[in-house]
Amino acid sequence: MSEIENKAENGSTESAGECTSGDTKDDKGLGLGVIFFIVAFVVCFLSGTLLFPKLLYSKKEQPFNFDHELHVSEAGDCDACHSVREDGSFTGIPKLAVCLDCHAEDPLGETEDEVVFVEEYVNKEKEVPWLVYARQPDCVFFSHAAHTTNTDCKVCHGPIGESNSSRVYEENRLTGYSRDIWGKNIFGIKKHSWDRMKMDDCAECHKKETGHQGYCFQCHK
Amino acid sequence: MKQEHNKAHKFGMVIDLDKCTGCGSCMVSCMSENNVPFKDDESDKKKSITWMRVYKLTNGKSFPDTEIVYMPRPCQHCGGKGDHGHSPCVSVCPATATDYGYDTGIVSQIYTRCFGCRYCMGACPYHARYFNWWDPKWPEGMEKYLSPDVSPRMRGIVEKCSFCYHRYQAARDQAYAEGDKDNIPEENYQTACTTACPAGAIVFGDLNNPEHKVHQIVKPDPHPDPRNKHVVGKSRNPKVFRLLERLGTNTKVYYLSDREWVRKQGDNYLEGEWDKIKNHHGDTSHG
Repeated sequence: MSEIENKAENGSTESAGECTSGDTKDDKGLGLGVIFFIVAFVVCFLSGTLLFPKLLYSKKEQPFNFDHELHVSEAGDCDACHSVREDGSFTGIPKLAVCLDCHAEDPLGETEDEVVFVEEYVNKEKEVPWLVYARQPDCVFFSHAAHTTNTDCKVCHGPIGESNSSRVYEENRLTGYSRDIWGKNIFGIKKHSWDRMKMDDCAECHKKETGHQGYCFQCHK
Repeated sequence: MKQEHNKAHKFGMVIDLDKCTGCGSCMVSCMSENNVPFKDDESDKKKSITWMRVYKLTNGKSFPDTEIVYMPRPCQHCGGKGDHGHSPCVSVCPATATDYGYDTGIVSQIYTRCFGCRYCMGACPYHARYFNWWDPKWPEGMEKYLSPDVSPRMRGIVEKCSFCYHRYQAARDQAYAEGDKDNIPEENYQTACTTACPAGAIVFGDLNNPEHKVHQIVKPDPHPDPRNKHVVGKSRNPKVFRLLERLGTNTKVYYLSDREWVRKQGDNYLEGEWDKIKNHHGDTSHG
């Protein structure tokens, strides 16, 4: 203890020359530390933004490619295939029977996807196991009937009717939810109204449109 | 907000205890409707979860004067003191996992939000809330028979009766599809227990709507009770009572009985107290 005290006392009373030599030594260490910090920060930042999403989300392909743009031009608007039933429930992705309304007899196209569709599903009378990008967690209640009357499908689903191919379905390995819920941006930043489908996004719009974000049970079950 | 206030519902129930036979259909229908998990030994009431539970009441007299009444008890959906939405459970929840829907008068329970502190269970005067000590375990293959409209609960959280809110959501969906979202007919929204009761002892509907049967039976007094300003919506029907009414919890589940001893069971009274207040009902307050 006395040694430390001596040192401290010496430090304050010793000649200026010794003091400065000690300071330069410290600066070297500090410089290395700053470089190490920056390098470590860059490594962590890059792995966090580039590597982490790849680790977090598994990628799945749809059973076969689906051309939304073609179907919109041939069949009509979204509600030609995705409609609200008489009792107010929503059909979601149509069942095979609805596809067969048009695809009944001969294949309607010459693409590889049409071949897969006919051979694997139509001939075997099997439902197509589509992966639903917009599937919400089990605790969420969403009424399409309440929204479709005054809201465009695009507001939540984006311009999906203009796409020619099905994108890769990404599933959060921890929660099992589709990536569309959190959004493509790993920081959760959104530029369009359809970039995310989280509770905050619902509440934001509800507050704007109805003046109240709603009571819990309005959207939960 | 103002617009919402005008069309506010107040869903409630009146249970005729003279009609109830204690068969337990309401309990069974409730469990299957709401994916309520069951245990190996359902007779162990410390472990079992019963959103709707039938209690047995007796007048305590020996034969031949013994009388027995069965009292079904769902969540009472308290409006809290003055009916302002400060239900006992809602006001204590630290996680806002339960809130009061001012548009329906229904007390919610959000399972994903609840972290299982069980304050609400302590606050609830009616033992209507249950804690999941274990994950639900369904017999093999039974998961396929679960209702997709009600999310199943995991261990470590509290659950309770929701007045079959998913049925309200379905009824509202239909109203939207028919183009008049505010018009939900009485028969379109009925709880599972109401529809299952073979004796027709349970009547469910909107207490704010004079056309609904529940309103016609209960005749809720819109003015606060002159002897206790916290009590609102007291029944003007002398045969109708609520459980622990004087607490001011303002429950939305009313009970109906012709028999005085049954009505007396709805609360705890000091000696001689019952005789003084038994004839006081909402009909005496008009201002």
